[in-house]
Amino acid sequence: MPPVVELKSVTHAYLGDREASLAVEDLNLEIRDGEFVSLVGPSGCGKTTLLSIIAGLLPPSRGEVHVNGRPVSGPSPEVGYMLQQDYLLPWRSILGNAALGLELTGRLDEAGRKKTLELLADMGLKGTEHYYPGQLSGGMRQRVALVRTLATDPGLLLLDEPFSALDYQIKLQLEDLVAETLRRRGKTAVLVTHDLSEAIAVSTRVILLERNPGRIRRVFEIPDRIANTPPLYARDQPGFAELFHELWKEMELAGKIEGTAGKIEG
Amino acid sequence: MNKAGAENTGTAASRSEWLSSRHEEFKRAKRLRKRAVFAVQGSLLVLFFAAWETAARLGWIDRLLFSYPSKVFRQIYVNMADGSLWHHLGITLGETAAGFVLGTLLGTLLAVAIWWSPFLSAVLDPYMVVFNSMPKVALGPIFIVMFGAGFTSIVVTTLSITIIVTTLVVYNSFCGVDPNLVKVVRSFGANRRQVFFKVILPSSFPAIVSTLKVNVGMSWVGVIVGEFLVAKSGLGYLIIYGFQVFNFTLVMSSLIIIAFVATAMYQLVVYIEKVLLSRR
Ligand SMILES: Nc1ncnc2c1ncn2[C@@H]1O[C@H](COP(=O)(O)OP(=O)(O)OP(=O)(O)O)[C@@H](O)[C@H]1O
Ligand SMILES: [Mg+2]
Repeated sequence: MPPVVELKSVTHAYLGDREASLAVEDLNLEIRDGEFVSLVGPSGCGKTTLLSIIAGLLPPSRGEVHVNGRPVSGPSPEVGYMLQQDYLLPWRSILGNAALGLELTGRLDEAGRKKTLELLADMGLKGTEHYYPGQLSGGMRQRVALVRTLATDPGLLLLDEPFSALDYQIKLQLEDLVAETLRRRGKTAVLVTHDLSEAIAVSTRVILLERNPGRIRRVFEIPDRIANTPPLYARDQPGFAELFHELWKEMELAGKIEGTAGKIEG
Repeated sequence: MNKAGAENTGTAASRSEWLSSRHEEFKRAKRLRKRAVFAVQGSLLVLFFAAWETAARLGWIDRLLFSYPSKVFRQIYVNMADGSLWHHLGITLGETAAGFVLGTLLGTLLAVAIWWSPFLSAVLDPYMVVFNSMPKVALGPIFIVMFGAGFTSIVVTTLSITIIVTTLVVYNSFCGVDPNLVKVVRSFGANRRQVFFKVILPSSFPAIVSTLKVNVGMSWVGVIVGEFLVAKSGLGYLIIYGFQVFNFTLVMSSLIIIAFVATAMYQLVVYIEKVLLSRR
């Protein structure tokens, strides 16, 4: 079985009229079926760029990208991409937004609607189906965007800081819900986050990037004991704290390269 | 606890009473103000016509050039009664409506076409700028030669005024749509058609509706100028004709009718806009 995601010496430069900047350089990465990989790194190290490349929204300047063994030529419904901000369509109701993916892929039938409603309820959004995005708080909107991505049931999920706008309580609950759902259904996921403990708690592997240009600095394999425990309890597992400190130190070093030590916000 | 609770409901009740009385007061003040504005507006209108009538009767202004209201309204009444007004009004209204609807529709379609093909947009850009800066009515004689002196060339003159502006405004709003919204639908594998109908069009809807308002005014300009040039029938023709035979009563009555009908049409469009946008 080919890896779900395979990046071979991927380089991406943003080209503008004024300047060209190197966002990602010579990056190799393989993600196997069922893995939950977290990408962490200082702001501007190319995490979003990398997800856009895997999603097929951004053709890389150089290198090869394969998803499920096939070269990526554009976005496809088998990859679900949740953008860093919610970007809900303001003229559509919450249900209309959540079901957007199903509608676009021609799968919006009664069953699809019901499943979307259930997902909304799971995320604590019951009763908001007929509201409009402007009537929801930032955290609620983010959850709607998450539902929108999950509703099409893609095999590979790319989540760009999906929990960043949530309060701590809901964040922990949703981490649990999402990680468990994905694990149960055997999905593969790539999560971008700036919360190191979240990265360790939910993933099987944490990839730390450094910036200017964006490169892999270090890969942390999460021991099975932590990886197989639901995120909420993983934080109490022995070894978690040590891993956290190691990651934290490494992160600080990655951020220091440019003299902006410890800047880890999104 | 209980005592505090009871006290609270007591103050809450008086509070809501106070609030609703303040609200009533606020609404009454607003109503009064509205009535005052309306009254002053009405008196201004009456005053204007009275001043005009008096000035003409007392010979302060030239009666031949400026006519006077009682004569103007009598003229309107006579023309209504003998049916000649309806003929001219019908023609002008038909031309304006055709110019307005076609201009908005074709302008929007052209905007869609150039959005669809960025290459086409780049190619057409300088031509659109030139055409847009040009005084289009100068093309009137050419249209008359091409389409004959009549309905068609008047509508085409109107279109030349409305289409490009519509295209520019609508295309601009297409381009102003948040690219991230497009990214969202693209991430689900949407094709260009889906991107257009799910994101671009609905989010530009308010801009399209607002061009309706602009176009209704533009269409009147186009049609009246077109009728000046063609001069066979219509309200614009009546103005030119009245001017040529020195019948300024006819000129004034046509102007008053135009003011009235154009306002009615504008209000209709405003109403349509409200209905269209309120359903969102
Ligand atoms: N559209 C763009 N045009 C030009 N440069 C860009 C563009 N998008 C990103 N960049 C640059 O590429 C680099 C990587 O950006 P990217 O958005 O991938 O970072 P990130 O790791 O997601 O950061 P954050 O954690 O703040 O979201 C940054 O230096 C950024 O300035
Ligand atoms: Mg980012």
